[in-house]
Amino acid sequence: MTNHVLERRGSDAAPPPTTKDASRPSAAPTAQAATQAATQAAAQPTTQAATPVVAELSGVTKRFGDVTALDDVDLQVRSGEVLAILGPNGSGKTTAVSLLLGLMRPTTGTATLFGSHPTDMAAKVRVGAVLQISGVPATLTVREHLASFSVYYPNPLPVDEVIAMTSLTEVANRQYGKLSGGQKQRLHFAIAMIGNPDLLFLDEPTTGLDVESRRSFWLQVRQFLAGGRTVVLTTHYLEEADALADRIVLLDHGRVLAEGTPASIKARTAGRRIRAVTRLDDATLKALPGVVRLERIGAAAELLSTAAEDTVRSLLIRDENLSDLEVTGVGLEDAFLSYTRNNHTNGASA
Amino acid sequence: MMTSTATRATRPPATAKPRRNLARIIAIETKFEFLKLFRLPIYSVAVLAFPLMFYLVFGSLYGGFEAQGMSTAKYMVATFGAAGVLSAAMFAFGVGVASERGQGWMRLKRVSPMPPLAYFASKIGMSLLFGVLVVVIVTLAGVITQGVRFEFLEWLRLLGTLLLGVFPFAALGLLIGFLFGPNSAPMVLNLVYMPMAFASGLWMPITILPQSIQNIAQYLPTYHYAQLALGAIGAQPLASPATHYLVLAGFTVVFLSLAVWAYWRDEGKTYG
Repeated sequence: MTNHVLERRGSDAAPPPTTKDASRPSAAPTAQAATQAATQAAAQPTTQAATPVVAELSGVTKRFGDVTALDDVDLQVRSGEVLAILGPNGSGKTTAVSLLLGLMRPTTGTATLFGSHPTDMAAKVRVGAVLQISGVPATLTVREHLASFSVYYPNPLPVDEVIAMTSLTEVANRQYGKLSGGQKQRLHFAIAMIGNPDLLFLDEPTTGLDVESRRSFWLQVRQFLAGGRTVVLTTHYLEEADALADRIVLLDHGRVLAEGTPASIKARTAGRRIRAVTRLDDATLKALPGVVRLERIGAAAELLSTAAEDTVRSLLIRDENLSDLEVTGVGLEDAFLSYTRNNHTNGASA
Repeated sequence: MMTSTATRATRPPATAKPRRNLARIIAIETKFEFLKLFRLPIYSVAVLAFPLMFYLVFGSLYGGFEAQGMSTAKYMVATFGAAGVLSAAMFAFGVGVASERGQGWMRLKRVSPMPPLAYFASKIGMSLLFGVLVVVIVTLAGVITQGVRFEFLEWLRLLGTLLLGVFPFAALGLLIGFLFGPNSAPMVLNLVYMPMAFASGLWMPITILPQSIQNIAQYLPTYHYAQLALGAIGAQPLASPATHYLVLAGFTVVFLSLAVWAYWRDEGKTYG
């Protein structure tokens, strides 16, 4: 859980989200930004009604024996957006993608892709996918793999163009088995791109990649997006969803917990994280204005507050010896934790 | 960033180049399937070199005998040809499907607009190509080392009959490929292939094997397959060709049905 995803906290200095288009780089919402984002989130249904839906799950439940992987899920992918399906392992992300791609059928409910059944050829030729695979046949070269996929599509991109785009030119004639991990992943992406897709599925595309490879992969995805295409991304890296997505669907235990822009998801959790070394006891701290959560980390107390200014003011008044005061924005990971925590608490008490 | 799709000027309209063509897809798929396995020594050596090696060894040991009314040198061209073709098909499908399924490669293919037929047709095509190669190799070994003689039409009849064997054994390979994982499938295939080949008289003429094994052979598809191949080059029949054809067709249907069942059973294995 405490992976490097957390490292970007504190560097959240990007401008507050103004329009949906400009909101991709993540930002710690200021109070204003949070309000703005919330307003925006509220306004979303009207602005998005005009955007065509390219893929959809409606009322979908998927069971594998006793396991319910998805539980009455509604999910729409709108043309031109980057939708991140975010959730921990086993939350149903891959099942959702598999249903949209026609790899499985829903137990109940329907999955549609470009208005058709996901297995229709008319829909399939418009889709590319980076799936969680451990490899492709080792004895074919980069170029041969792309050539073999390119014949399936009515309007493929030229093989050399895709090779150049994914920086595989130097190894174009090398067999897959002799590629490095990063090169292999780039070939998987190249295979997804060869058909010149309108809709790209990325199922945990950077799992197992180092930070460097991950960032360069994001760069490639952004280039792809410059063509006005649609992307569905599943990830358990909050940083990834934050960096790429216009809209996030939080999935946990097969249910949609929340949905919105990265900013609005953040705005719906308490706004600020306050950390300080204080002699105040837990009860006093919890009673401070705005505090919704308290955690002890070593000598420091960490508070999650919806009214940071009031909390800090009270803190300082009650404890003159308070030291190491730190106020930071709340990242998506906090949002996610608080959503899942609430969900589990409710589940346990119910 | 979120501009409309109209900015994609480089993309031609969907109807501009209707280049998709099933025959072309299958041809290209077959070519790559062939390259893929030809470059894999564990496959190409096993399928092409083993029957040759066995023919040379067994041929020099038993080539001078007679079985079912013909020289065993000629007899074994048919039986080792059969062993080669059936291993080409069984291993191409068995190992191919198991590893491609295990890697997730098959999911990628299923997501792509590849016509499902192309996946199987290319593996059949590839098996046929390897089948022709292995029959040619074993025939040359027989002609050169044992002085075996074939009339051209007789040899074509043998080749045609042997290639028919691709279908039942591709179906058997498919079944094993869907039932077992990438690591266990090759072992299972060998455990099925080797005793079956031996007991059906593919390595040594069926008539010199103990009666108990000959009795078991009646229930093996490989036995009926070998007898059809031997019939094509004039061996004395042990049963009518119609019986052999019927039994082989029956096995093909059973293997295929089980493979389809195994395929559906596999559907829900990966989720998360």
